[in-house]
Amino acid sequence: MSEKETFLPDPPPESSRLGQVFKNRRPDRKVMSLFITAGYPHPDETVDLVLGFEKAGADIIELGMPFSDPLADGPTIQHSSEVALANGITMDSIFGMVRRIREKSAIPVVLMGYINPVFSYGIERFFKQAAESGADGVILPDVPVEESGYADEYARRYGVPIICLVAPNTGDERMQLIDQKSNGFVYCVSIAGVTGTREGSEVSSSVDTFIERVNRNIKKNPVMIGFGIRNHESAMAISKKVDGFIVGSALIDNIRSHYPEKGWKDSLFEFVKELKHGKES
Amino acid sequence: MKYEVPTKQGYYGKFGGKFVPEILIPALVELEAAYEATISDPGFQQEYRYHLKEFVGRPTALTFADRLTEHYGKAKIYLKREDLCHTGAHKINNTVGQVLLAIRMGKKRIIAETGAGQHGVATATVCAKFGLECIVYMGAEDMERQKLNVDRMRLLGADVRPVTSGSQTLKDATNEAIRDWVTNVHDTFYIIGSVVGPHPYPQMVRDFHRIIGIETREQLLAKEQRGPDYVLACVGGGSNAIGIFHPFIEDDNVKLIGIEAAGFGVDSGKTAATFSKGRPGILHGSMSYLLQTDEGQIELAHSVSAGLDYPGVGPEHSYLYDIGRVQYVPVTDDEAMESLKLVSRLEGIIPAIETAHAFAWLDKLMPTTSAGELVVLNCSGRGDKDMGTISKYL
Repeated sequence: MSEKETFLPDPPPESSRLGQVFKNRRPDRKVMSLFITAGYPHPDETVDLVLGFEKAGADIIELGMPFSDPLADGPTIQHSSEVALANGITMDSIFGMVRRIREKSAIPVVLMGYINPVFSYGIERFFKQAAESGADGVILPDVPVEESGYADEYARRYGVPIICLVAPNTGDERMQLIDQKSNGFVYCVSIAGVTGTREGSEVSSSVDTFIERVNRNIKKNPVMIGFGIRNHESAMAISKKVDGFIVGSALIDNIRSHYPEKGWKDSLFEFVKELKHGKES
Repeated sequence: MKYEVPTKQGYYGKFGGKFVPEILIPALVELEAAYEATISDPGFQQEYRYHLKEFVGRPTALTFADRLTEHYGKAKIYLKREDLCHTGAHKINNTVGQVLLAIRMGKKRIIAETGAGQHGVATATVCAKFGLECIVYMGAEDMERQKLNVDRMRLLGADVRPVTSGSQTLKDATNEAIRDWVTNVHDTFYIIGSVVGPHPYPQMVRDFHRIIGIETREQLLAKEQRGPDYVLACVGGGSNAIGIFHPFIEDDNVKLIGIEAAGFGVDSGKTAATFSKGRPGILHGSMSYLLQTDEGQIELAHSVSAGLDYPGVGPEHSYLYDIGRVQYVPVTDDEAMESLKLVSRLEGIIPAIETAHAFAWLDKLMPTTSAGELVVLNCSGRGDKDMGTISKYL
């Protein structure tokens, strides 16, 4: 770890790696962000998977920092987190992965995980390492804007933005506040439920009215939508009026059913291509 | 000392807060508003007190433990008899309060987590009484250890759902209850069973258990014309302890002692002694002391008592520990079980294994007391539910 303090200014949003992705998006294409738990199915595979995802069409990578008690996640990501922890994943090994990805690729990498391992590592140390390894943002699903004071200062100081979430029951005013606090994009949770939920209960309105509210209130940031997307068709349908979509559990499920069979990676990358472009006819 | 926590944001010093997914924030805001409106509403208080008297059986006795007092030959020992509450433990004080709040908020579906099963039984009981749907999440391992309570909950009409993730104990049951809440937040009320979780739960659960300390003060005043010198209670999440401690916190001369479960021993690697071995962190919605690895992963707790088998402790206890107002001490499985046998024979009271941890500390405390002093121990629950485990120690 370098002892030299590096104080980076707020990155101009459009010139950052993350900003470029949204700036360069073709109007007929959606930004595709893929989630993978660091260290799943094996720590030696993570960098390869990320590079393969990029080749298969991913625009952003969300690298999951595993936690023993992932209470906003369904059984799929609980499983991948358990496997990753059993594989000995630590915060430092995750930063090592980000560095190796950065040596070979400019794809934005967003770190996603629960607050306790970050808090335990040291919040300042975490953001400093995130910046130095080349991470592009941080998503902390159990830190609502009320509690983000812990991290905001360091996020700014080291130039690694915090990406916030909105949910279907988030009110209009609160959405505007979240938009102000968030940098990079706003993560829109499409349904009430945990990750990997196939069908969630609707809180008060249909997904369409929710997205309409999102578009009315989120002005500063691009909007990415996630939770429950399993294929190209559902991705296209749900992201029609936003900038892009996020897929996680469906990828982990795909790995879970093929790893370590021969060709598991090829079939995974094929699945990613289909997510982006649909089945080639 | 003047004692006023939590802050409006739900902080006890640096502990507490609301570390939950965005989807739960509107539910917590709604709950906070409803709680503030009802707690100061005389109509609600009257209804709550009515059910505590007529259904729970309050006030519970403050029993002079004459033979235990004689056994140690020092200070007088009194027992606050929460074991005499309907369903056998203090837990029902809180479930009566929360279910009345849920009804006022128009929620029809109740969920809860349970470890020993006492909170699950207390929740199933009030749901049966008030005609609400009840789902209880319980670790598969705990369902094994506390089979009697599983049957009681089912008899009361609750849907008891086994949790097979993680350590299959209270921590994982809590994760699963939160996942349910995230999914069904629009019609579901989550009755948390201890002074843990996101704000306003630690405050609300405390307020519903303060009745224990309030009665204790009045009863002791009537019997001894003064207050206690020592108040003892076992601490898992810490609900019975905060209930009896809270009304005495500003009385500097009252020594408050919380007894945590050391399992096989504080340094055995199989312990639930959060203050002895933990450090501050964030789990289940709030910052508190936690048993965790160097990497911030939550460690599995161990205690012979399912109710104390939790890797965290409430944020207010964390604060009271940091400011030194409450002394927290560890008691092992074996010490607790020995004490359980002693109390059963001397007092004709079979305490819960959780409660037996508090009794075990008398061995260390009593020789340091003097004849004129008064010790109150919160007898938080009865041991019938534990007979399966107790049998192995006979």
